[in-house]
Amino acid sequence: MLQYLLKRLLGLIPTLALVGVLVFLFVHLLPGDPARLAAGPDATPETVALVRQDLGLDKSLPEQFVRFVGGVVRGDFGRSLRSKRPVSTEIGERFAPTFWLTVWSMVWSVAFGMAIGVISAVWRNRWPDRLGMTLAVSGISFPAFALGMVLMQIFSVQLNWLPTVGADTWRHYILPSVTLGAAVAAIMARFTRSSFVDILQEDYVRTARAKGLPESRVIAKHGLRNALIPVVTMMGLQFGFLLGGSIVVEVVFNWPGMGRLLVDSVDARDYPVIQGLVLLFSLEFVLINLIVDVLYAVINPTIRYR
Amino acid sequence: MRPEDARSEALTDEQIAPGDIADSTGVDAASIAADSVAAVATAVRTPWSEFGRKFKKQHVAVVAAWFVVALGLLALAAPWLVPYDAENFFDYDSLNALPSAKHWFGVDPLGRDIFSRILMGSRISLMAGFVSVAVGAIVGTALGLVAGYYESWADRIIMRICDVLFAFPGILLAIGIVAILGGGMFNVIIAVAIFSIPTFARLVRGNTLVLKHLTYVEAAKSIGASDWTIVLRHIFPGTIAAVVVYFSLRIGTSIITAASLSFIGMGAQPPTPEWGAMLNEARADMLTSPHVALFPSLAIFFTVLAFNLLGDGLRDALDPKIEQR
Repeated sequence: MLQYLLKRLLGLIPTLALVGVLVFLFVHLLPGDPARLAAGPDATPETVALVRQDLGLDKSLPEQFVRFVGGVVRGDFGRSLRSKRPVSTEIGERFAPTFWLTVWSMVWSVAFGMAIGVISAVWRNRWPDRLGMTLAVSGISFPAFALGMVLMQIFSVQLNWLPTVGADTWRHYILPSVTLGAAVAAIMARFTRSSFVDILQEDYVRTARAKGLPESRVIAKHGLRNALIPVVTMMGLQFGFLLGGSIVVEVVFNWPGMGRLLVDSVDARDYPVIQGLVLLFSLEFVLINLIVDVLYAVINPTIRYR
Repeated sequence: MRPEDARSEALTDEQIAPGDIADSTGVDAASIAADSVAAVATAVRTPWSEFGRKFKKQHVAVVAAWFVVALGLLALAAPWLVPYDAENFFDYDSLNALPSAKHWFGVDPLGRDIFSRILMGSRISLMAGFVSVAVGAIVGTALGLVAGYYESWADRIIMRICDVLFAFPGILLAIGIVAILGGGMFNVIIAVAIFSIPTFARLVRGNTLVLKHLTYVEAAKSIGASDWTIVLRHIFPGTIAAVVVYFSLRIGTSIITAASLSFIGMGAQPPTPEWGAMLNEARADMLTSPHVALFPSLAIFFTVLAFNLLGDGLRDALDPKIEQR
């Protein structure tokens, strides 16, 4: 097991290194001079030259890369061009709201998605299945930002049950997490259904039925456990979807998280913040996938020896 | 279905084998085979007729297919169909008006006819979805074929690049590309295309790895067919089914991605009637005129739904395992 974990960790290094290179090159791919961007539109050529020196932009690319990596390792991404505060502080303040938003979305979308998937598989081709799958295909077809606006209109504006924007209390989390999780719940429902339908046709399920177990026990003990294995993998992939989706949902709900910070930074061409956020988003995604893969190996030992 | 299509568009490997081998011997066996097949077309199950038979059973998908066709035609004809100019007509007498006979979907806060804007917006959204996925599918398929067929270093490099592109969750990659290239619909299409490449590359590579070990490919190799011939004529047709299914499902995702980018202000800019941009504009007036947001939402929803249902139907019709369900 430890060997497998080590192998997976080592396998991540080239990917992360390439991601780092891409994020580093990002500054140089931007149109215009980054020193001019940092100095501001009104700066004199002398100031721009000073800023260039200060940011190390006058050095060769490899030197700059070493400097960049050194900074990243120490958690130093430079200073925001807008607020002049360190990028790590800017992002640090925004991390928790986005993290909890994605976690809550994941929790409820997995719970609902799997429930709908199991119900649909058990009552396959009957009305619960048709209803569940209609909901699911609608869920993946409705864009999150439109869903967010509809939900806000109904529950916050018309009914006045829930707050519209902000992230202060648990009630603020309800609408954004539902909005963000809807598509994932839909995908989980479809995936769980097909996984469960396959399992219910297995010989051991027939055996369990043949020996007279009640159907509820067949489903819970023999079906569910085995159907969950592929579903766990799917969860990892969907986390990436949630992280990406949070960007749009945060704009709708004016959420004080990393997604809105990213959108604002792209608007303001605040490239140190963009770099830091892109790096953090992908690192989070890659780590979650690693955790899921390891969990998968714990559940299913055959994976470890491939 | 025309039987001669069967060979070139063959969907499953067993079914392409005979014709292809006859082909690579240099004899023009294909036309002879096609003629003889045509004679007994009703009796022989060609992949195309088989596909048609299964697809027609998927009533929902058939409706979705017609919806997509109708939408495409509407989008093409939109400039001649719109009752009002989508960007430059302002009806100041009926600002924020609800749907009526004069303005089918109502009027937005600036006095523009929402129906006309939705209709013109369909051109942008459909084109963004179609073009970006087409580019992604073509490049991704080519990369996947090369990676899967040659393996070795080409495979490692291509798959490593895909891994890196996959390391950026969801829309983030597209935002990064737009940040570099600048906003605007054209750049959004490029961003979404790049975003689609790795998925197609992985899909096609997986299929290629399986197909290249099949007997008919080995047979083609043993009679001295070039790599080019083997990949294009013997392996590529075997991957088409999977690519087509993914193509349809992916268009839905891409339309949503492109609209999302416009919604957060990185894609089409006002006053362009792009659906995501329209929703972004409508956000400011949600309290007074929610109907302005309703119609673009529904437009995106029904369009994406149609492509998803079509993709589901195609998958069920093309997947040989599906029969038992």
